[in-house]
Amino acid sequence: MPEQMTNNTGLVNKVITLNFTSEKLKTNFNALTQKLVIPFIGVVVFLFMWSVAAQNIDTSLGKFPGPAAVVEQFKALYIEHQDQREKQTAFYQRQEQRNAKRLAQDPTYQPKIRAYTGKETFLDQIVTSLITVMSGFLLAAAIAIPLGIAVGLSKTLNTAINPVIQIFKPVSPLAWLPLVTMVVSALYATPDPLIPKSFINSMITVSLCCLWPMVINTSVGVASIDSDLVNVSRVIRLSALKHIQKVVIPASIPMIFTGMRLSLGIAWMVLIAAEMLAQNPGLGKFVWDEFQNGSSNSLARIMAAVIVIGFIGFLLDRVMLQLQRIFSWDKSSASV
Amino acid sequence: MNTILDISQVSMEFQTPKGVFTALQNVNLKINQGEFVSLIGHSGCGKSTVLNIVAGLLKASQGGVILKGKEVNEPGPERAVVFQNHSLLPWLTAYENVELAVSQVFGKRKSKAEKKDWIEHNLSLVHMDHAMHKRPDEISGGMKQRVGIARALSMQPEILLMDEPFGALDALTRAHMQDSLMEIQNELNNTVIMITHDVDEAVLLSDRIVMMTNGPAATIGEVLEIDLERPRDRLALAEDTRYTHLRSEVLKFLYEKQRKIEDFSNNKKTSSTSHAKTSTAAA
Ligand SMILES: Nc1ncnc2c1ncn2[C@@H]1O[C@H](COP(=O)(O)OP(=O)(O)OP(=O)(O)O)[C@@H](O)[C@H]1O
Ligand SMILES: [Mg+2]
Repeated sequence: MPEQMTNNTGLVNKVITLNFTSEKLKTNFNALTQKLVIPFIGVVVFLFMWSVAAQNIDTSLGKFPGPAAVVEQFKALYIEHQDQREKQTAFYQRQEQRNAKRLAQDPTYQPKIRAYTGKETFLDQIVTSLITVMSGFLLAAAIAIPLGIAVGLSKTLNTAINPVIQIFKPVSPLAWLPLVTMVVSALYATPDPLIPKSFINSMITVSLCCLWPMVINTSVGVASIDSDLVNVSRVIRLSALKHIQKVVIPASIPMIFTGMRLSLGIAWMVLIAAEMLAQNPGLGKFVWDEFQNGSSNSLARIMAAVIVIGFIGFLLDRVMLQLQRIFSWDKSSASV
Repeated sequence: MNTILDISQVSMEFQTPKGVFTALQNVNLKINQGEFVSLIGHSGCGKSTVLNIVAGLLKASQGGVILKGKEVNEPGPERAVVFQNHSLLPWLTAYENVELAVSQVFGKRKSKAEKKDWIEHNLSLVHMDHAMHKRPDEISGGMKQRVGIARALSMQPEILLMDEPFGALDALTRAHMQDSLMEIQNELNNTVIMITHDVDEAVLLSDRIVMMTNGPAATIGEVLEIDLERPRDRLALAEDTRYTHLRSEVLKFLYEKQRKIEDFSNNKKTSSTSHAKTSTAAA
C-alpha cells in the first residue's frame, strides 16, 4: 500500500512538471507571437490593402504604385547608384591618365584635377540628408541645452523667455525658410562658399524647429530637481559651476534626452520639407525632382523615398533611445 | 559647560498668498558642546523651520543663530544636515556620494589616499563598507539613510542636524539605526540636533528633549533633561521607572498640554477622502 502511495505521488509530480513545461512553452510561444507573428501579419495585411488600393487609383502619371513597383524602383535606384560610381571612377582614371601623359610630354605642366560632377544618386541624397539633419540637430542642441539649463535655474529668466518659446514653438519650417534664406544670403556673402548656402539654409531651418522641445524639456528637468539635492549642494558649498556640473546636469539628463529624442524626430520631419523648398541636395530634393520630372516611374520612386524616410526616422529614434540608455542613470525614463 | 550654538529670539514669517504666516516666534535655545538635543512637536509646528534656520537654508525674519561665536547666514559643511529622505545623488554610488562631500570640504587639505581612507572610515562607521560601491537604488531605505549619515559625518561638522532621519523607516530598521547612532555618538561625541516624532526615540537618544508648542507662532514649550546614564540599552530601559516617567512627561506635553483639537476633524476629513479615492480606484 505505501508503495502504491509513493508511486502515485510520483505520477502526480510528473504530471505537474509536464503541465508546467507545457505552460512554459505556451508562454514562450505567446511571447513569440506577440513579438514576431502579429507584426508580420500587420505588415502583410497593410501590403495587401496597399496593392488593392493602388490598382484603383489612376493618376495623370499612371496607376498609383503598388508594393511590387516600389521594389522595382528600389532595385533601379541601386543600379543607378552603381552606374554613377563606375562612371566616377572611370572619369578619375581618364583624368589621371591624361595628366600623366601631358606630364610625360611636358615636365613643367601643372596637372589640373577636376572633381566629378555627376548627378547625385539616391544613396548620396540619403547621406546628404543625414549630414544636414545631424548638423542642424547638433547646432540646436548646443544652443538649447545650455539655454534650457539657464532657464530652469532662473525663475526670472523663465518668466521672461517663456512667451517667446510658446510663440515660436508651433511655427512651421516653411515659414522660417524664406527668412533664413534671406538672412543667410545677406550675412554669408562669399563668392565661392566652402559650404553651400542651400545646406546652411536647411540646417538652420532644422535647428530653429527642433530647438524648442529641447529647451522646454531641459528647463523642466532642471527646475524639477529635488530641492533636497539642491540643499545638499548648498550645504557642501558647491560653486555655481560645480553645482551645474555635479548636480544639475546629471539630475536632468533623463529629461534632456527625452527632449533630444523629440527634437530629432521633429528635425527629420522638418528636414524633408526644408530640402524640398531650399533645393538643398537630399531626400527632400529627390522627392521634389521626381515630382517635377513626372515620368511613369516617378510615383514609385517617391514612394520608395517615403519608405526610406520613415525607416531612417525610426532608426534615428532607436539610436537616440540607445544613447539615452547608456547615459541615463534613470533606466525607467529610457523606455519606449 | 560651554555653549556651542545659540539660537536667540528667532522668529519666522512666511509670505503666503493669504498674507503673512508667522511660523515661529521668539525661539531661544542654547546647545552645549557634545550635547544630543531632540526637537519634538506636532506636525507642522515648525521643527523643520528651526533646523533649516540653523542650517542656514532659511533666513530668520528676526533674531539669529550664533555658532561658535560666528553668526550663521549661509549653509555650510560645519552644520551638516541629514535629510529625511536620504537625498543621496541617485547617479552616484554610496562611496561617490560621500566622496563629493569630502573632496569639496577637504579639497587640498587631504591627499588622495587620505581622502579615500576617510571616506571608507566613515562608511564603515555606519556599517556600509560592504555596499560602498552600490548605487542608492540598489540598497534599502535604512542603508540609504546610513550613507546619508556617513556623508554628514564625513564633513566633520561642528554640529550635526538631522530632520527626522529615521522617519521613513520601518520600526525594526529604525531600532537598528538608533543603536547605530548611539554607538557612533559614543565614539565621536558630536553635537546633534535631531527632529523626531517618536517619543521613545527622543528619550533613548537625547540629553535634552526640546518640546515645541503648536503653531502658528510656535515656540519652545518645555525642555526635558534626560539624565539616564550612557551607554543606554533599550531593553534595560524599558523596565526602568525613570525612563517610563520621562516618556510620560513627553507624552503629557504632546497630548494634554499641546493637544491638537482641530487635528481630529482634519484627520477624519483626509481619511474619508482617501477612502473615497480607494473606492473609486477599486471601481
Ligand atoms: N516656504 C513656506 N511658505 C509658507 N509656509 C511655510 C513654508 N515652510 C513652512 N511653512 C509653514 O510653516 C509651518 C511649519 O512648517 P515646518 O515644515 O517647519 O513644520 P514641521 O514641524 O517640520 O512639520 P513636520 O513634522 O510635518 O515635518 C507649517 O505650518 C508650514 O505650513
Ligand atoms: Mg518637518
